[in-house]
Amino acid sequence: MIRILLVLGLFATAASAVEPDEILSDPTLEARARVISANLRCVVCQNEPIDTSNAGVARDLRLLVRERLVAGDTDKQVFDYVVARYGDYVLFKPPWKSTTYALWLTPIAFAIFGMLSILLILRRSSREFTIVEALSPEEEAQLSELEKRKKDRDI
Amino acid sequence: MIPELGQFALTLALITAVVQGVLPIWGASLNNALWMRSATSTASLQFVLIAIAFGALMRSFVVSDFTVLNVVENSNSLKPMLFKVAGTWGSHEGSLLLWTLILALFGAAVAVLGRNIPTGLKARTLSVQAWISIGFLSFMLFTSNPFDRVFPAPLDGNDLNPLLQDVGLAMHPPLLYIGYVGFSIVFSFAVAALIEGRVDPAWARWVRPWTLAAWVALTGGIALGSWWAYYELGWGGWWFWDPVENVSFMPWLLGTALLHSAIVTEKRGAFKSWTILLAILTFSLSLLGTFIVRSGLLTSVHAFAVDPERGIYILGLLTVSIGGSLTLYAARVHKMEPGGLFAPISREGGLLLNNLLLTLATATVLFGTLYPLFLEGLTGDKISVGPPFFNTSFIPIMLPLVLIMGIGPFLSWKRADLAGIISRLKWVILIAGISALVVWYIQTKGPALAVIAMAIAVWLLLATLREWSSRIRLGQVELTESLDRLRRVPRAAHGMTMAHAGLAVCMFGFVGSSAWKSEEVLFVQPGKLVQIAGFDVTFEGVEQVQGPNYTASVGKLSVMRNGRPVTILRPERRSYPVAQSQTTEAAIRSTPAGDLYASITEPVNQEIEGQWTLRILYEPLVGFVWFGSLMLVFGGLLSLSDRRLRVGAPKRKARSASLPIAAE
Amino acid sequence: MKKLLSLLPLCAAIGIGIAGWWGLNPNRDPGAIPSVLIDKPVPVFELSDVAGTGTPGLATQDLLMSQEPILVNVFASWCLPCRAEHAVLARMVREEDLNLVGINYKDKPATAAKWLAELGNPYSRIGSDQTGRAGIEWGISGVPETFIVGPGGKVIFRHVGPISSDAALAKIRGALAVARKDKP
Repeated sequence: MIRILLVLGLFATAASAVEPDEILSDPTLEARARVISANLRCVVCQNEPIDTSNAGVARDLRLLVRERLVAGDTDKQVFDYVVARYGDYVLFKPPWKSTTYALWLTPIAFAIFGMLSILLILRRSSREFTIVEALSPEEEAQLSELEKRKKDRDI
Repeated sequence: MIPELGQFALTLALITAVVQGVLPIWGASLNNALWMRSATSTASLQFVLIAIAFGALMRSFVVSDFTVLNVVENSNSLKPMLFKVAGTWGSHEGSLLLWTLILALFGAAVAVLGRNIPTGLKARTLSVQAWISIGFLSFMLFTSNPFDRVFPAPLDGNDLNPLLQDVGLAMHPPLLYIGYVGFSIVFSFAVAALIEGRVDPAWARWVRPWTLAAWVALTGGIALGSWWAYYELGWGGWWFWDPVENVSFMPWLLGTALLHSAIVTEKRGAFKSWTILLAILTFSLSLLGTFIVRSGLLTSVHAFAVDPERGIYILGLLTVSIGGSLTLYAARVHKMEPGGLFAPISREGGLLLNNLLLTLATATVLFGTLYPLFLEGLTGDKISVGPPFFNTSFIPIMLPLVLIMGIGPFLSWKRADLAGIISRLKWVILIAGISALVVWYIQTKGPALAVIAMAIAVWLLLATLREWSSRIRLGQVELTESLDRLRRVPRAAHGMTMAHAGLAVCMFGFVGSSAWKSEEVLFVQPGKLVQIAGFDVTFEGVEQVQGPNYTASVGKLSVMRNGRPVTILRPERRSYPVAQSQTTEAAIRSTPAGDLYASITEPVNQEIEGQWTLRILYEPLVGFVWFGSLMLVFGGLLSLSDRRLRVGAPKRKARSASLPIAAE
Repeated sequence: MKKLLSLLPLCAAIGIGIAGWWGLNPNRDPGAIPSVLIDKPVPVFELSDVAGTGTPGLATQDLLMSQEPILVNVFASWCLPCRAEHAVLARMVREEDLNLVGINYKDKPATAAKWLAELGNPYSRIGSDQTGRAGIEWGISGVPETFIVGPGGKVIFRHVGPISSDAALAKIRGALAVARKDKP
């Protein structure tokens, strides 16, 4: 696709990111702006947040984010503003909605499945283990004697 | 002439691989010893032929032979020699050649070093390995020939992407590939075992050194890659959960699980089918990584020559190798008899939990990485899954893992006494708790999770050291005896201690640099003073410097602390005329406490003249990330140097072999 | 049960394989981001004219009244592919009785005017977007981009990149034909 992306050269000239003349004088607002722009994906430069991207559009969006904050928007309002124009694609943290329920819930399902299978394995193994390993009192005594000697001998 | 020789060698290698793929495995089913043994020579020959091809390509780069298209596209006569050499694997075609070279290297290494492996298993393993070779050699010859000529030859080349002209990144692909591709031999061993229908502790013992070697290289490769991103990209980040980073991380996670589950198979004969599955899946993830990186399936910051047609070919390779091996697995796995029994609280139990958590982590990363593709396929919606998802799903899996890592090495096989272990660790628990309070006191800002993670890292470090000192009975017996024990403890055990401690050290870096980073961005002109993290940094100005294939603006920053000079930082902005691009060379002052990191760029706003955009970061503890990674690598190497693991080495030290083999 | 579990990895691999195979189809551009404006009203913006062209400026209001579809083209004189596209657009306006309006994105008015004087001006209205704000309202990611606004001011189509290839032209024509049919 030949067209001029609003980038000064994609990945090849990384290291531009937020510029001094964009920074807000209010440190609290600026801190919020940094967090927001670290979580907004640049639309032209593959997989970078607008905070570290040197694309022209990323800079415009950084300025826009700060403008909205100065105008009194909440973080959510700022995100919504950008999403209304560029879609969910720009959010590095996918929103909680019907298309992403599976994304957020599957790791939990994985964990439950894993726990259950581990419990099953352990229960079976330990049940058979107790049957096999049950020792008579004499054997127990012998074993502990052996173990004591082994401990003295080496590590 | 030389490039043709390279191409010819590559073709011969393909033919050799076909022979190696057919004869030994057939011989194994007919029990024909000669056919089986032919694998040793074909595997060696295949390696030599690919090495010749690789040498031919490297020579074309070294002498700047611009009749070769690949050299034209990725080199330039002005480029320093190191980067001419590294240019060999700087492109899609060249790196693929490196891939097959390493593939053949592992095959040849097993052929030559694996003298004690039974002939049948060895023959089948090398045949399977040869089939992977056939796939990749034909892929290269048919779609990505590195020796394609160009006529008329241009006077000079287009230069390699300047960002990649860096020592760290020159070494990154070879290490990463040794890791990725190294898992191929483990995969081949697993498929061979499935064909034979037999897995025993001896199998696990033959496989483990190869797993370890691949794991060590992959660890080094990933660490080198993120180190490069840290100092080269100019904003001090070292991990972004980018798809291309994730696909190198997943084989690492699963390879780590494999490393631990193979121990159980080796020592106790348990987890057999699971170990086999992990061996198959680890390499499958390496293949998936190759597919994703080279097909352009997902958008990533890491550029590579992408081409959907090549993607189709690799997808075909994946279908055959992954689909075939997993089908074989599903068909054969029931025939494996279950192994040793154990109580829930035992070394086996601990390693089971370790494997569960590592597999969960891998599955989560895999799912998150591919979810945008799934969703786009099903609904057409495009979304991004970025760091927030991975951090919230990955960290809760890893923290418990690190917790049990502290206890694991204390557990004895079959049945362990948890209460006894906890009581031996009460001081460690106490100190970890206190360190949490200390961290909380020093760093009031930043997330609470950082404080918890710090305490857990302290716990892991101290528990690991406690286990090590009790192993040599430090303080319990006389020092000379402790030293004697130190010598007698198997190196694999020392390796484990080193690697576990290394992870704890890494964690200090992870937490410190992500939770308590500070940053200043401003326009500067000579004389401007900046204060950051207790340092007074004065911008002295910029001078122009001429490099071999670039010009650079070098900034000078004098750094003072409490009125005393500390250092001078010289960040560079380089301009490469041939490649028509620019790079940032950050200047970094590293101390264990943290890195002072400076980079300069031209202001984006062109109306601002005579000033530079200066970015100064203070990244606390970030050096621990690299130091800890080094410890992981050395831990692995130490373990690999263990006589008992060294392939083909006879058990010479009867004494060390009689020691209880614990905790690797 | 155990047999079923041992098939699980294979099923997962097949699932991923199918997704990968779908993802490689040549019609899919991994970098393309669908526009959220499709089937939504034209965004709110108001741009003054490019000084020196004599063509009026462009605002939301201008796109709401038309009975015919309007082609909205985002262009700039510094954008090389725009030059190639310009000839195609000019011919379409000449031959097909098309209403073409432009958004001159982040351009110096003097350079833009010179560029148009040299190549001809097929636009009935041109808004000068020097800050790039209108571009953001339209959700553009680069230059050139072209939108089709249907009757009633609804955005019905977006094309990313120059309309210079036959394939791109065919897509635009198809979308225009649909828009004309939908006329109220």
